[in-house]
Amino acid sequence: MTVLAPPRGTQRIHSINPVAKLAASLLLSAILLVTIDWVSAAVALALESVLFVWAGLGPRAFFRRTFAIWIAAPLAGLTTLLYGVTSGQVYWQFWLMEISDGSISLAVATVLRILAIGLPAVVLFATIDPTDLADGLAQVWHLPSRFVLGALAGMRLIGLFLQDWRQLELARRARGLGDSGRVRRFAGQAFALLVLSIRRGSKLATAMEARGFGGSTVRTWARPSPFGAREWLLVVAGAVIGAVAIAVAVATGSFNLIIG
Amino acid sequence: MPRRHDPATPAPPPPAGLRAAGWGWRHAGRSSWAVRGLDLVIEPGERVLLLGASGAGKSTLVQAFAGVLGGADEGEEEGTLEVAGLDPRHTRGRAGLVMQDPDSQIVLARVGDDVAFGCENLGVPRPEIWQRVGRALGDVGLDLSLDHPTSDLSGGQKQRVALAGVVAMQPGVLLLDEPTANLDPEGVVEVRDAVAAVVRESAATFVVIEHRVDIWLDVVDRVVVLVPGGGVLADGDPATVLGEQGDELARSGVWVPGRDPLGGRPARPTHAPRPHHGMAEPVAGADRRIRGTAERADARGDESGSSQSTRAVRAALGAETASPAADQRGGVLLTARGLDVARVEGTTVARGIGLELRAGQATAVTGPNGAGKTTLALTLAGLIPPAGGVLEASAELAAGIRPSGRRRRGASSPDTSPMAWRSRELLTRIGMVFQDPEHQFVTGSVRAELEISLKALKLSAEEIEERIAEVAGRLRLDGLLSANPYTLSGGEKRRLSVASALVARPRILVLDEPTFGQDSRTWAELVRLLAEQLARGTAVVAVTHDRAFVDALADQEIVVGAELPATTEPAGAVRP
Repeated sequence: MTVLAPPRGTQRIHSINPVAKLAASLLLSAILLVTIDWVSAAVALALESVLFVWAGLGPRAFFRRTFAIWIAAPLAGLTTLLYGVTSGQVYWQFWLMEISDGSISLAVATVLRILAIGLPAVVLFATIDPTDLADGLAQVWHLPSRFVLGALAGMRLIGLFLQDWRQLELARRARGLGDSGRVRRFAGQAFALLVLSIRRGSKLATAMEARGFGGSTVRTWARPSPFGAREWLLVVAGAVIGAVAIAVAVATGSFNLIIG
Repeated sequence: MPRRHDPATPAPPPPAGLRAAGWGWRHAGRSSWAVRGLDLVIEPGERVLLLGASGAGKSTLVQAFAGVLGGADEGEEEGTLEVAGLDPRHTRGRAGLVMQDPDSQIVLARVGDDVAFGCENLGVPRPEIWQRVGRALGDVGLDLSLDHPTSDLSGGQKQRVALAGVVAMQPGVLLLDEPTANLDPEGVVEVRDAVAAVVRESAATFVVIEHRVDIWLDVVDRVVVLVPGGGVLADGDPATVLGEQGDELARSGVWVPGRDPLGGRPARPTHAPRPHHGMAEPVAGADRRIRGTAERADARGDESGSSQSTRAVRAALGAETASPAADQRGGVLLTARGLDVARVEGTTVARGIGLELRAGQATAVTGPNGAGKTTLALTLAGLIPPAGGVLEASAELAAGIRPSGRRRRGASSPDTSPMAWRSRELLTRIGMVFQDPEHQFVTGSVRAELEISLKALKLSAEEIEERIAEVAGRLRLDGLLSANPYTLSGGEKRRLSVASALVARPRILVLDEPTFGQDSRTWAELVRLLAEQLARGTAVVAVTHDRAFVDALADQEIVVGAELPATTEPAGAVRP
């Protein structure tokens, strides 16, 4: 089950507090979503690549993790190329498809932007361990521990869902219910999974209570969740990359506000 | 991070006493009381085995002591209950509880974090938490790294992690509710030894619920027997209670040492007590891979020192040349030749299995954990496709299968591969009883559970009524027809899962570990019921670790070997 226990790496990126990764990634995305132009995206991507080297993932691990982004970005680019807003010279036309100066620049901007937002997000998120994230949310951001730990424990059940689903499939065939139509079978099985999950959930809740969870005592934390200079550095780096990218775009006149 | 084993001198927690005075509990929405009018005092430091028939409210009592029974919206309470003189709801952490199901007791993803969870909730300072975690893991004999993923553990290991989590909380009372019920024999011993070690080291009061008395006899110094509806039937030192109440206890389902649940009568009248080994019977003249499996199983048997399986397999090899005339009880219904089985496509777990299932014949499938026994059962039951080799129904079994255009693929009709049959066609031919009964429940009531297959068969209303009445009466489910299957006791769930397969009257009944965690009464009922089915000509296949069950019923034993060597060819390569 990889949902809950991703490999704990020794690389630098693994040792950073997940809360900082979350903050940095959200900040950078928010800034980069303000404009759609190729200059800001290219600047951000260039600056980020310095950070990727610093993360210590190694080219193999980096490309394996970000594989989906490298597929998605060109596909989105291609769509924009064919269907994007037409302006300037038209080079090729077929039915609704039209390649023009406008759609070409929009396509380049799209590809670069998806990479600039997607790559850091994946690198940061894929190295987040849910347990560490829960520790961070509760200890750094002071979210209620009941809520955070309940969600964390619940995530363990997600790994069991798949197993349960397969088991239910077999059970329904064994019980003579396997011949009905796909939709009906799916609905019945989904309901059975819901019942089973609630059942598991309530058993888990009892087990947690039996270990003193939800009592009146103030909880301590076995794992520290340090938020120090490195974490601040990452968050600031996210903000600075975004700011520099925007500034360069404005300076070169390519800034293109997304709204309006 | 301060994560390391650091054995320091433990501060012994003071043991807590338990007291119930006129105590009773009725679960919300139930008309009868789970426990009522109970008076019981357990002194600090006593070690108690809590016995009683299924439904005597043992689990309810123990959960109440642990403070997890809930408030007024969960049920109605009367009388008083105390842990160390206080209401258990306000003493969380004083009483630690380990329950049955290994999967629902693990909270976190890594062993160390999971053991630490209870300490965190009790507000133990961080450096002390990791000291306690290291000590607790040592106490239960788990030599695992703190980062070890909890999802990788065996059932017995999970229970020991749960136990360590409770031990680390340094409770005044240690409460165990059938901690070994869901484990195979190896896991049972593993957990028992861990508990015994903990109880030796700690001064805590100890209460365990269990119907297999012999497991705990060396650990406890007092036995308390509860009666359904409330009150104490017997109370005293183990020898006296078992001596005086042995018959009564055995009748109510307790496994009293030295007592045969079948009362000395063989389950199958025509069935001579089966020799301990030597009945394994691969199909004579079948393909060569049978020998391969048998050899692997043989090697594994030697390694683990299990002479039982080794001898059974040797006998199997001998049987290849001997005439398999011994068990010609009825016609062959299903034949496997060189059968490879895989739960997930591409990861074959057992190979080259050869066997014949005959009407009226019982087949036991045995072997070490992870050998693919369950996967074999699911394959024989026509629920997952074979990964290789042949699984073929006889003309007798396949009679009446409607060929469908989609399935024909040039094959002769009717189709003889159970996997190709419709779900409805499977019902009357091969029934499957899953290891965990909850996994096969598909409705909200016992009646609906029994009805659903019969409705799928489009039987008349009268016929449905008749069959339900018959099977419910036979399996003591007639009083529970409107109950929700999930709220039944372990024994009742097992009986319902068997009943819901039998009600369709399959020619072959496949059961996966049907006797796991069952009390002796349910055990004996199951054995007798299966003997009856055999006498009627049903073929029975049971995956089991239970030697007594094999001895009582089996005509042939198939030993499935351990993991495959890494060099075997991929499953796809041997597909016909």
